[in-house]
Amino acid sequence: MSEPHILREAIIRERIQESPTIFTLRLAFTDPEQRARYSFQPGQFNMVALYGVGQSPISIVSDPKDEHLLDHTIRGLGRVSLGLSRLTPGERVGLRGPYGRGWPLVAAQGRNIVLVTGGLGCAPAVSVIRYILRRRDRFGHLTILQGVKHSDDLIWRQQYERWSKLPDVHVGLAADVSAPGWFGQVGPVTVLFDRAPITPGSLVMMCGPEMMMRAVVTELLRRGIDENDIWLSMERNMHCAVGLCGHCQIGPHFVCRDGPVFSYPELKALLGERGF
Amino acid sequence: MAATGFLLRGYAQNLLDALMGMGYRCVGPQVRNGAITYDILSHASDLPWGWHDDQKPGSYRLERDGSPWGFAWANGPQGLKPLLFAPVDTLQTARRTEDGALHFEGATPHAIATAVLGVRACDLAALRLQDQHFLEGLVPDPHYAARRADLFLIAVHCTRPAVTCFCASTGDGPRAEHGFDLALGETVGGFLVTTGSAAGEDLADRLPLQAVLPKEQDALEASIAAAVAGQQRRLPSRDLRAALFAKLHHPRWEEVAARCLSCGNCTAVCPSCFCYAESEQPALDGLSSMHTRRWDSCFTQGHSAIHGTVIRSGTRERYRQWLTHKLGGWHDQYGRSGCVGCGRCITWCPVGIDITEEATSICGESHV
Repeated sequence: MSEPHILREAIIRERIQESPTIFTLRLAFTDPEQRARYSFQPGQFNMVALYGVGQSPISIVSDPKDEHLLDHTIRGLGRVSLGLSRLTPGERVGLRGPYGRGWPLVAAQGRNIVLVTGGLGCAPAVSVIRYILRRRDRFGHLTILQGVKHSDDLIWRQQYERWSKLPDVHVGLAADVSAPGWFGQVGPVTVLFDRAPITPGSLVMMCGPEMMMRAVVTELLRRGIDENDIWLSMERNMHCAVGLCGHCQIGPHFVCRDGPVFSYPELKALLGERGF
Repeated sequence: MAATGFLLRGYAQNLLDALMGMGYRCVGPQVRNGAITYDILSHASDLPWGWHDDQKPGSYRLERDGSPWGFAWANGPQGLKPLLFAPVDTLQTARRTEDGALHFEGATPHAIATAVLGVRACDLAALRLQDQHFLEGLVPDPHYAARRADLFLIAVHCTRPAVTCFCASTGDGPRAEHGFDLALGETVGGFLVTTGSAAGEDLADRLPLQAVLPKEQDALEASIAAAVAGQQRRLPSRDLRAALFAKLHHPRWEEVAARCLSCGNCTAVCPSCFCYAESEQPALDGLSSMHTRRWDSCFTQGHSAIHGTVIRSGTRERYRQWLTHKLGGWHDQYGRSGCVGCGRCITWCPVGIDITEEATSICGESHV
């Protein structure tokens, strides 16, 4: 990263509508040298730029081995993301990255892994799920617990079904509010814990709304999970992504540089503290 | 620190000429719009001879007293920060060609070798902090780095602090101890000169210096000691990290929020505040777009805005963010407090909120 601010051109190879407001852009750098040079770790993010409008930090959903295609799953909410939602295959965006510290994959080796996600928080976790499933022998049992506010918000339903049929994988889905035909449980994501193999010694990775993560942490600690085995992916306003612009700070941490993935003890003092 | 020579006040122009001879553009303090401001300086006569400042919480006035002194003032609204971390910078440009392809190009930082005359000890300490932030992190900031590379610093020890000053309590002044190329100590007849680098020695060699008389050295020491003794404000400790984070629910945060206008003046004049916002400025013809950055403030709504929510929606949360970061988080990030005791945030706050008073109220007195 000799030029930390400089964008590179990327082309939209594919656009997938995941839900009425959520879509995935499958991007590739147009410069073959840049494609070859670029590598990332699950949990890291890129800055995606809409020409003439601005840049947004977006986590990378694909697996690092996915043939130079970088999937970014985005909810069209802000000026940049709404504009990105209107782009079609063949159109170009600016891309720079990867940034930040991803999931603790070395510490996770040989362990049972529990992923707890909420809402679009599932996006930063999908990359690590794919990573683990492709390197199955390096990891123990995999538990995937996903909660959504409304059952209609669930994306990647077929993917969860496919994962649930794999050996040594447990999938649990929960919705606070459910439409008829919902096949998951009803309630916050913690209602899934009783049926899930959450045992001391497991390593937990989570992302989603902070209030949800706080509730999950409390429940995990109650069940004997070591606090050092709990990892959270955080989201904050980001402009530069290299620890300079100051927006993403949580206490002493620059989320873009020191995170977005943090161990629970690193964040414990300020997690859920309004205003940080 | 013994001075190496004495420069008569009448030779101040020789100093500027020598710097210009060494290839520097000179920047120095001048009276502009009723304040001491750093600007391009070619003539020593433009220095603020005979001016002093009268600062109070929420108030800054210059007065002319007819004295021969050129540096009998504490500071103006800005120190070195705007010279290195420019208020607005273009980071890159994007061009879109007819086929839809995008071409990105980094904006080449342009820097002119600059000598700054009249740098205060507090601002040297803030410069060190900004160096840590912009140069010693994950990646160096190219714009800051370019301007920093050829910077020549001539410090002037403070002998007339303002009532808002508290550099003695933060350990950053009033004497310039390090980080300069040349330091001047002003006395009745002229300046005691101390060198701080090889380039500073080179400059000293070009000046018509005289031997330092012991009484001149003594006079300078006495006036620096008086500048320490005369400071009326102090922070309760140089490390308030634990004390502040233990008091996140102290009622004083509400109380200060009722006075604070959330205007961001404090962050604009703070010599260590580093936040900036990036934004896009597309050309009217649609063919190109400039990506720029501009100083930002944690007192704005946009600073903590994230897809539809604002993490710090109230003034209480914003003031608390600023103070816990400045006096707390900086210790983890840069090994010391982010406050250098310049007092600008007190002077330039439109309602005169005093950081030393707020910190003392929230943390209580201690004598660490």
